[in-house]
Amino acid sequence: MGYERQADFGTPEVQSGTSVTLTIDGREITVPAGTSVMRAASQSGGSIPKLCATDSLQGFGSCRLCLVEIEGRKGTPSSCTTLAEDGMVVHTQTERLAKLRRGVMELYISDHPLDCLTCSANNDCELQDMAAAVGLRDVRYGYEGENHLGTKPDLSNPYFLFAPDKCIVCSRCVRACDEVQGTLALTVDGRGFASKISAGQPSDNFLSSECVSCGACVQACPTSALMEKSVKQMGKPERSVVTTCAYCGVGCAFRAELKGEQLVRMVPWKDGKANHGHSCVKGRFAWGYANHQDRITTPMIRQSVTEPWREVSWEEALAFTAGRLNAIREKHGPRALGGITSSRCTNEETFLVQKLVRAGFGSNNIDNCARVCHSPTGYGLKTTFGTSAGTQNFDSVDQADVIMVIGANPPDAHPVFASRIKQRVRQGAKLIVVDPRRTDLVHSPHVEAAHHLALRPGTNVAVLTALAHVTVTEGLAHEDFIRERCDWDEYQDWVRFVSEERHSPEFLEPVTGVPASEIRAAARLYATGGNGAIYYGLGVTEHSQGSSAVMAIANLAMATGNIGRPGVGVNPLRGQNNVQGACDMGAFPHELPGYRHISDVSVRSAFEQDWGVTLDSEPGLRINNMIDAALDGSFLGVYIQGEDILQSDPNTKHVAEGLAAMECVIVHDLFLNETANYAHVFLPGSTFLEKNGTFTNAERRIQPVRKVMEPANGLEDWEVTQALARAMGIDWNYTHASQILDEIARLTPTFKGVSFARLEQEGSLQWPVNDAFPDGSPVMHVDGFVRGKGKFVVTDYVPTDEKTGPRYPLLLTTGRILTQYNVGAQTRRTAQTVWHPEDLLEIHPTDAENRGVCDGDWVRLASRTGETTLRARVTDRVAPGVVYTTFHHPETQANVVTTEYSDWATNCPEYKVTAVQVTPSNGPSDWQEDYAELSAQSRRIADAEPAE
Amino acid sequence: MDIERLRYMADQIARNFAALGEEQAIAATADHLVKFWDPRMREQIKADDPAALSPVVAAAVARL
Repeated sequence: MGYERQADFGTPEVQSGTSVTLTIDGREITVPAGTSVMRAASQSGGSIPKLCATDSLQGFGSCRLCLVEIEGRKGTPSSCTTLAEDGMVVHTQTERLAKLRRGVMELYISDHPLDCLTCSANNDCELQDMAAAVGLRDVRYGYEGENHLGTKPDLSNPYFLFAPDKCIVCSRCVRACDEVQGTLALTVDGRGFASKISAGQPSDNFLSSECVSCGACVQACPTSALMEKSVKQMGKPERSVVTTCAYCGVGCAFRAELKGEQLVRMVPWKDGKANHGHSCVKGRFAWGYANHQDRITTPMIRQSVTEPWREVSWEEALAFTAGRLNAIREKHGPRALGGITSSRCTNEETFLVQKLVRAGFGSNNIDNCARVCHSPTGYGLKTTFGTSAGTQNFDSVDQADVIMVIGANPPDAHPVFASRIKQRVRQGAKLIVVDPRRTDLVHSPHVEAAHHLALRPGTNVAVLTALAHVTVTEGLAHEDFIRERCDWDEYQDWVRFVSEERHSPEFLEPVTGVPASEIRAAARLYATGGNGAIYYGLGVTEHSQGSSAVMAIANLAMATGNIGRPGVGVNPLRGQNNVQGACDMGAFPHELPGYRHISDVSVRSAFEQDWGVTLDSEPGLRINNMIDAALDGSFLGVYIQGEDILQSDPNTKHVAEGLAAMECVIVHDLFLNETANYAHVFLPGSTFLEKNGTFTNAERRIQPVRKVMEPANGLEDWEVTQALARAMGIDWNYTHASQILDEIARLTPTFKGVSFARLEQEGSLQWPVNDAFPDGSPVMHVDGFVRGKGKFVVTDYVPTDEKTGPRYPLLLTTGRILTQYNVGAQTRRTAQTVWHPEDLLEIHPTDAENRGVCDGDWVRLASRTGETTLRARVTDRVAPGVVYTTFHHPETQANVVTTEYSDWATNCPEYKVTAVQVTPSNGPSDWQEDYAELSAQSRRIADAEPAE
Repeated sequence: MDIERLRYMADQIARNFAALGEEQAIAATADHLVKFWDPRMREQIKADDPAALSPVVAAAVARL
């Protein structure tokens, strides 16, 4: 695609059951009722000059450029705020209008720098376009009067600048911050000529204000007043490629805009069905890691992890790797080998890694990082509904009346969807937040949760069962729905269970810490408030009862009839871009692609026939089992693609010991990550900008990932996996990622109708896409559950075995923040560090005072597993007795502290509950010092021998 | 693999099925071990002293 601005119809699209027909400049057009005259004109192929209007924002009528004449009406109304009506006859180009528009433009230009040729928006500026469109040839007022020229730009934000002299105060940025992002960080300060755009308070700049750098204002700006610094430095892009973001599970579509092979900027794509033209700071701006100097693009090997790395050719690296893997298999059998793939990789890459492990290595020791985040979702939703996926599309939230957010912090972790929630709440939907922390959804500008159930960490199941208790005992269950759609006998068993007094909010209040009255009120609201939608995150899954909590959520949704239509549902918010896809692709030790158990003979034989091999019929090892097995000498070789288990998995010391015990650790990644400290082979990976494939987001939406530039290492990741397979003697001959997707579709019923060609045509598809649902499935379980009858599961509250006590009196929960992403491998190598240069420990003022800790002090954070040091942030966002930190920085290694307690069903680690003590500290822990030394030693790369 | 760890994991599974009643909990625990445990883990716990296991786990393991 060449470079051209995305189409802009001036005002948003309107959904309406009725339509109106009007005539614009002699052309008759029919549009949905409620459509503006401006949009109708655009849709009819016309174009009305505009400056304050853009189709991501409601009509504003301020710039007075979009004036039109309407027969039978007085004056010249603004077309962006005038709705189309039946029989209306509109003229958009008349002498009178031309004169008015020229007059308006004269005023704008009289206070605007005439530096078009050197302006970063030259040839990409709406003001410039409008001056041309209205035929402006002269400015009668001259340029010498009072003006804003020469005002100082605000350069504080690392990614964009604000140049007030280029600003026309059209308010598009202010309205974007309000209507699109919902942060309301911007305002127009002053009146009349003194009006100026202001971020935060008068003393603030963009960086110090509440601005979250989502870029909505930059995208909305019609001039270069708000402009990406990259455009200022590199100039206007000359081509664009639409692709899918590789950060969180929202799956925003972006236009990568380039000059040659050089990425200039990422701009959210308006036609993206997950994000509708919105973005967050990471997807929009934090792509600089792709060209960071730390990136490794040459394969490296070493005989032992105590040696420096040696750069070698692909041939030598692959031969070395294949030799080691084959030797281990020969000596110890196929079950001594395995692979770990990543939810950051494409479906095609993940599918291929699991195929390599199953068909090549000969074991089912394949897992992915969903193990440590949403594996309980897979277990819980498959058990209750019959399929391991969320039930809705994101647009469904627009029809929700009650939104319950459990153990999730969307403003930080899923910012684009958080904006949708906020907008819906501002329209009147009620919000219930179940979270130990006071997240931004609980209280932010114009958003106030109706109920915040600030539960004690580890008591999700108790709270959910108490909600169910109220629903059932107060007669709020939707029995017609249950009789029709669910197993009635199982429901009766469940009713008896949840009705027991021990599950009442009053009985459980001392356990959960949540006032019974709040639980009763929340239960009543969810059951009776109209469409009830549940969104949940890792605060649900990363517990010893993660799977039970997911099933308890499903029980609650079924009991209230909140399944199977828009506006309701159970929706896991996936942490990484392709968590859903990695799980769909069979990167689990017990399941083949499409969530079918490896023991199923008919399913297994279909794969055996297609692949021409015999598969192991027994489940393999999970990631944590692999580490355990390595320590007893029965698991010796692992291929790790795109995952840093040393930093991300719990009990770092144990993971390190396991990795150190293996004979062949292969890391396939962009950077020498922490796991690579224990690796024998490093295979350089490619970024999402450098490959073709698909990602599947949290709403089951399969979206294309398109190659924007050539891989710096020379190969897409699926090609590396194929090369490794070939080196091991496996005859694979894929020539394009599309062939892998074809194989997935051939072997996976829910993907039957998916192909690159179809995605090119449709933009995206939500699985299942098959004979029953040829165009995909925005909402699941509409006429019945995938498993037949919905299954109510008794979920007894079993307290975690991780207990607080005199030595470890506080509970630690971990999570992530807006500006960093997981282990930080990407975001730490961008300007995101401006906001978050280090992990901090949030601690309540009371707990801090009791320990003599002040804001910013170094503290020692110790658990039964280990200890680390970091700085304290004293805040009442956390409750007394609870502390919180992130795991973005290897210098902190938060997972040195977390334990190996895990979900009973899936072994998803219990990151959210660790008993700890916090004490003042004056230096790093022994582990941190030792690890820093090991890390430096391990990253050594031997000097290349001089050429002869 | 660390037998203490395997015992703990099996017991945790059994405790989460306990509300089903003993017989169903035994069956569900056994089914879970078959579906989700690697054979070497199952073999190891089968070879373990039943007295070291909780009664439900011991009964479930006996069915493997």
